[in-house]
Amino acid sequence: MADAPILTASAVLDLAQPLPLDGGQSLEGVRVAYETYGALNVDRSNAILICHALTGDQHVASPHPITGKSGWWIRMVGPGLPIDTDRFFIICANVLGGCMGSTGPASPAPDGRPWAMRFPVITIRDMVRAQVALLDALGIAKLHAVVGGSMGGMQALSLAANFPDRTAAALIIASTARHSAQNIAFHEVGRQAIMADPQWQDGDYHGAGNKAGKGPEKGLAVARMAAHITYLSEEGMHEKFGRRLQDREEKTFGFDADFQVESYLRYQGLSFTDRFDANSYLYITRAMDYFDLAEEHGGQLSDAFAGSSARFCLISFDTDWLYPTAESRRIVHALSAAGAPVSFVELSAPFGHDSFLLDVPALDRVVAGFLHQ
Amino acid sequence: MIQLRPDLALIAAHVAPGSRVLDVGCGDGDLLAALRAERGCDARGMEIDTANVAECVARGLSVIQGDADADLAFYQNQSFDYAILSQTLQTTMRPDRVLEDLLRIGKRAFVSFPNFAHWRVRLSLLLGGRMPVTRLLPVAWYETPNIHHVTIADFRALLAARGIRVEQAWFLRGDHRIGDAMANLRAEHAIFLLSR
Repeated sequence: MADAPILTASAVLDLAQPLPLDGGQSLEGVRVAYETYGALNVDRSNAILICHALTGDQHVASPHPITGKSGWWIRMVGPGLPIDTDRFFIICANVLGGCMGSTGPASPAPDGRPWAMRFPVITIRDMVRAQVALLDALGIAKLHAVVGGSMGGMQALSLAANFPDRTAAALIIASTARHSAQNIAFHEVGRQAIMADPQWQDGDYHGAGNKAGKGPEKGLAVARMAAHITYLSEEGMHEKFGRRLQDREEKTFGFDADFQVESYLRYQGLSFTDRFDANSYLYITRAMDYFDLAEEHGGQLSDAFAGSSARFCLISFDTDWLYPTAESRRIVHALSAAGAPVSFVELSAPFGHDSFLLDVPALDRVVAGFLHQ
Repeated sequence: MIQLRPDLALIAAHVAPGSRVLDVGCGDGDLLAALRAERGCDARGMEIDTANVAECVARGLSVIQGDADADLAFYQNQSFDYAILSQTLQTTMRPDRVLEDLLRIGKRAFVSFPNFAHWRVRLSLLLGGRMPVTRLLPVAWYETPNIHHVTIADFRALLAARGIRVEQAWFLRGDHRIGDAMANLRAEHAIFLLSR
């Protein structure tokens, strides 16, 4: 049946209850947009929640409605693939604060206008609360596993730590238990680029005075360009672009995109603005910067996992300098100290932080092996 | 049934069913898999080689990529019934510290190693005047991972100096067990069960 299409469903859940937030507020009328793949079994025990990364979305294995591109993890999720839709019921929801259907700063506030910067600052744990509310609505008491790369890994960690009864396993790829000063610094560059764009207008770019859809696109593109550099490795970039020139024989002695790497980054920045809301970018990066799982649990990371009986697996990549192996090791040592069953491997791949999304055969084997138990 | 290396089979046979076990240097996880399947153990591993760790995780085992010299410090005192170090002691930077760590983490420890005082090794050094290359020590001196060759007598001396108790010891020649008599000369391989 390998040729049969995956049983896919897109849906939107309106939470009946207000969502309590770490900031002290409570958010009414929260909407969670999600996709599912495969079928839930009779005893509802085969569900896997995939948590997406900063600029990801719920379209993990189905085409993106705006760009038309294939799902962001089709090499991992599908029939017979490591996250096997023939065997598991896969759920992936757009995060709280996102811009692909879940409640975020572009959603209407109670007064009917977009929340914009009136939207409360949210945390990774708030995102997880929304994920758990979705599980409640789907009648899934306990996940077979929660899986995530990068910011998705933070959510997987947070879910396993804060809702220990809700998952039997957690798979955390290329992630961290806290944002480092360097991580925060890069995000701040991105936010300042957005806020420095005159089109940002203190976040109120949705208003009638604006052409439809015209936000701080230049600022958002620069933010994306800066972030994109952190997703690649120096070696990978050198191999892909070197000092090669873009469609020209010689340097122009000007400021056009002479180099291929410039042209590539400009394209990445520009195309990003077609599918992402600038205020969402501010809020989600803020949530990541605020993330410190140890701090949430009295300063001792191992205490975060004291109540957990889940199996854990952590994977890092040797060329990832955004969330380097040392960050995964910190988590592994904390889990070991907490007595949790934990596996950890640093895989070799040339793609930097993005390795978790790309062709790394050893990753497939580890993911499949960890989940198929 | 997993076909285990002789020293591993011997260790597996002497691990109490249902116990918590940490196998340091667990390779591709054969011993862990056997302990889990056949003795109902909560078996965890540590392994330095990426491909081996990937294989272990793919087998459904809980294995951490790590280095016995650096990463044992993060385990809690007495958090395992047994800590196992099979054919790894002689590859560590500081075998004495690793040994202390094993007995800190585990209530008891199994340690196995190739005996550098086996007569074949002695003879090779005596007659040839060269570092021995034998069945158990098949790699030339310049590329061997065995950076701390040890004999049964050396090991016993270290145990005595550190106040470590030998609960049991087994000696192998090839795949066969031999008696204790002149083990330091006759045994190719030694396995100790240790405690404090």
